[in-house]
Amino acid sequence: MSDTERGTRRIVSHPILSAPDRETIAFTWKGEPLTAQRGECISSALFANGVHVFGHHHKDHSPQGIFCANGQCAQCMVVADGLAVKACMETVRPGMDVAPLDSLPELPETPHDGVFDDIEERAVECLIIGGGPAGLAAAIELGKLGVEVLLVDDKDRLGGKLVLQTHKFFGSVDEVHAGTRGIDIATLLAQEVAQHPSVECWPGTNAVAVYSDRKVGLVRDGRDYVLVRPQTLLIAAGAREKSLTFRGNTLPGVYGAGAFQTLVNRDLVRPAKRLFIVGGGNVGLIAGYHALQAGIEVAGLVEALSECGGYKVHKDKLVRMGVPIHNRHTVLSANGDAHVESVTIAAIDDGWEVIPGTEKSFACDTVLVAVGLDSCSEFYHKARTFGMKTFSAGDAAEIAEASAAIFSGKIQGHKIAGSLGHEVPDIPEAWSRIEEILKSKPGTVEPEHRPEKSDGVSVVFHCEQEIPCNPCTSVCPQQAISTGDDIRGRPTFIGDELGVACNGCTKCVTICPGLAITLVDYRKDEDYPTISLAHEFPKDDIQAGDVVNVLDTEGAPLGQAEIAKVASGKKMDRTLLLRIKAPRAIATRIAGIQVQKPEAAEPMARYVSRMTDDTVVCRCERVTAGEIRDLIHQGMRDVNEIKTVTRTGMGACGAKTCGSLVDFLFRQEGVPLDERTPNVPRPLFVEVPLGVFSGLHKER
Amino acid sequence: MSGGHRSYDVIVIGAGSVGVPAAYFLAKSGLEVLVIDRYASVGQGANKAAIGGVRATHSDTAKIRLGLKSIEILSNWQDRHGDNIEWHTGGYTFVAYGDREEQTLKSLLAVQQSHGLNIDWLDREPLLEAVPALEPRGLLGGTLSPEDGNASPLLALHAFYAHARRHGATFRFGETVTGIAVENGRVGGVQTDRDRYSAPVVINAAGAHARHIAALAEIDVPVTPDAHEGGVTEPVARFLEPMVVDIRPRKGSANFYFYQHHTGQVVFCITPSPPIVGTDRRETSSFLPMVARRMIEVMPRLMNLKVRRTWRGLYPMTPDGAPVVGWVREVEGFVQAAGMCGQGFMLGPGLGSYLARLVQDELSAEDREVFDLLSPYRAFESAEQLR
Repeated sequence: MSDTERGTRRIVSHPILSAPDRETIAFTWKGEPLTAQRGECISSALFANGVHVFGHHHKDHSPQGIFCANGQCAQCMVVADGLAVKACMETVRPGMDVAPLDSLPELPETPHDGVFDDIEERAVECLIIGGGPAGLAAAIELGKLGVEVLLVDDKDRLGGKLVLQTHKFFGSVDEVHAGTRGIDIATLLAQEVAQHPSVECWPGTNAVAVYSDRKVGLVRDGRDYVLVRPQTLLIAAGAREKSLTFRGNTLPGVYGAGAFQTLVNRDLVRPAKRLFIVGGGNVGLIAGYHALQAGIEVAGLVEALSECGGYKVHKDKLVRMGVPIHNRHTVLSANGDAHVESVTIAAIDDGWEVIPGTEKSFACDTVLVAVGLDSCSEFYHKARTFGMKTFSAGDAAEIAEASAAIFSGKIQGHKIAGSLGHEVPDIPEAWSRIEEILKSKPGTVEPEHRPEKSDGVSVVFHCEQEIPCNPCTSVCPQQAISTGDDIRGRPTFIGDELGVACNGCTKCVTICPGLAITLVDYRKDEDYPTISLAHEFPKDDIQAGDVVNVLDTEGAPLGQAEIAKVASGKKMDRTLLLRIKAPRAIATRIAGIQVQKPEAAEPMARYVSRMTDDTVVCRCERVTAGEIRDLIHQGMRDVNEIKTVTRTGMGACGAKTCGSLVDFLFRQEGVPLDERTPNVPRPLFVEVPLGVFSGLHKER
Repeated sequence: MSGGHRSYDVIVIGAGSVGVPAAYFLAKSGLEVLVIDRYASVGQGANKAAIGGVRATHSDTAKIRLGLKSIEILSNWQDRHGDNIEWHTGGYTFVAYGDREEQTLKSLLAVQQSHGLNIDWLDREPLLEAVPALEPRGLLGGTLSPEDGNASPLLALHAFYAHARRHGATFRFGETVTGIAVENGRVGGVQTDRDRYSAPVVINAAGAHARHIAALAEIDVPVTPDAHEGGVTEPVARFLEPMVVDIRPRKGSANFYFYQHHTGQVVFCITPSPPIVGTDRRETSSFLPMVARRMIEVMPRLMNLKVRRTWRGLYPMTPDGAPVVGWVREVEGFVQAAGMCGQGFMLGPGLGSYLARLVQDELSAEDREVFDLLSPYRAFESAEQLR
């Protein structure tokens, strides 16, 4: 592999993120010397070196690689200095000898020369599990009220999934930092939490179990086991990505959109050259945008429904960049021997059946699965059963946007303080209304309104769908943009009613999270006006004089135009402002410029048909859909019995991945879910070495 | 009980470690068998909480004979029937790190060897050769019985279940027994929350709930459940052959034991001291720190082994630590097969074959000896030395 090739696997130029300047260290993979960056995890170091297959399953020798990138599964196991570890969780050390895990690992001989400490126990008024938007917002409220809080999060950096979000956020500016990028909201919230002395935060801490004696087991820094006795417990553990069964679904290169964002936006490695996305919710749409920002081609996106479920502005943004959306299509297979080489999709009919003859394949090295989220609510249910005073907020309570999570955390924080007997002001009635608004699903789509006047400056809102979002209304210095009574309304320019004209300041253009506002300035040239639009790609890739393809809101080509100016500024927060000169006839229709070359999304000449035995449902124990279907046909209705016979759900992830897939098989076979007995959940949430539970420490 | 409800030759209450093998042997010998269980499928009570050890090296005749029979059945199961129940002849070792344990273990050898059991005392060095992963510091030696073994309780029970059904046994799941019909001192059948079934023989194999079931026939059986927690680790390449048992008492626990299963996973369990009496199956925070420390003390390399899952199961205990099995005198046709004291999985297969002979009145002299020892009407005086 050439040095340039190596270089392309790290993201050195990104419109939003800056690559950290970290020391290069040496390690080995299968004995071959490689380099890593100090502090990164083994999986990212391997990806940066072009290694995507980390080992082979001991049962059927199927290739294994990254799947959750989140420490929840065990697909990415490697042997590091003799010990089997999760590559996505273990930091690479100088000189580390890393080898693939191709069979059951050897348990190294370790003499015990330490001492056993008693397990630390502590009481706390409130334990918050999860330091994402909901947990942080709750901690802030509790901190303000002086409640003693311990907040734990399994990641080293607080913010949850916010730290992976490079885009500006929707929602309300006043309440939830709308218009600010997710990564920056994470920092703002974490800083605010730090100001409250009664709140202690333990990042790098895994909550592994809730016990019937009302204690919660925590593993701190992978080393220390601590038992906490909380008076109240807030579960703000977020959500996990749903999985999907299709042929080749466990090939390395098939993983969740969240895992992808971790690799790209946290670790700044480029895990793919070209990817394909399954699922048109916000997660899939945003992942596609993040891919393009990171210089990764997106060959397309399939969505089974006739419209994408995510915000239309997200979808529009993606199609404008040149990514085709295949609605009413499904994924048939990911193809390749050791790694994904292509994906095959097909159209479906009203009964969701594949329409033969519509199969198409696209060359790609990665398939992102983004088919929705499931709440991480295990601890909530356990703790309630055990009679603990338990609350939940954010995605752990109900899947919604991060903005809603912030607000639900805030409200739950208040409720918790009240339940502890603290003097708490009444929760303003408006709060629950705001929470409802922020949680609301996208509303109706209305055709775009394009102003017809041809003097002065026109504001064009390529924002056709009701969503809870209002940054544009709050930045307008003339206060001439309104969403009506409710932030879910579509924005309109109300300057005419107020008797003010748009001054062309472009603040609304650059703050809009959907990149869905343009200004058309007729002041210099009525027939050839200047269009201002926001652009979030590397500055070096575009300059004045470039001729670009301009597209309308939905990505339809409008012809070519020349870039007159590329502006950037501190106040624009890394967004570039493009000024384009274009004929008046198309000026108000222009919503963006094409970023991706059309070739990236071309289907292959012939479609690839992947023949495998069957689709794997339980990836830890390699159990296929066919095996489980047989048992359902035989009359089995107890998931625990299916588990007994096949080991489905007995693997490292503890049915986190296959649980919903097994339920899906029941439904597919016509068995209503209330006729099946669900799997009995057991501790632990993640695997933990016996040494940690024993309190063993090196002799001091 | 009269009318149009189904009649059987035998009704077994409890589709667990004892009831299902019993149903298999009864059905195989041509009897019409019904098994009723309150859970949704087979083995959802204590069976799924069993860790899987099977030994004959007990210290009393009845359990030794039942254990030997279980080993004979389980170790040959795959050859005879084809199902892989993950049997492994890994043996058992009871380790001694103190003089007291050495004396206790050695004192039992005579009775064990008199039954022809393959068990011997190994001094420190030969024991370390057989079980190299043991902590050598302080080790005095231990017993090793290489013909004992282990299997998957879940798969083994499921195999009995499948074959019982093949021989015509009927299973009713999700049904709770609410009454035992007794007329003129004879059992007539069983009432559940859904239906009524008649049979001249009813076997109480209800595990932790056996006392409650017996009470429905106005009989008392001295079975009191207590709770033990167990766990399973990630799988690793084989490094350990026998089940390791450490009988040293410690603060909070009596003995504990672990072995490496066929799948490469280490399965472990500890006996709380004092016992936690009751039927609470919810996990507690004290188990993992306690068991982890003791396991690492005996086998240091376990420190790096990751725990995957833990659970809590019930030991149906009797006053003397031995099962209560046999016909009751008060109600003709009612059979106790209860109080396995946490050894239902290892005794169940053997016991099943004995119960089939009991019900059909085909007991040999040796069989009678076993039933005498396990009789519901024994004195319950001596506590067993090794549980």
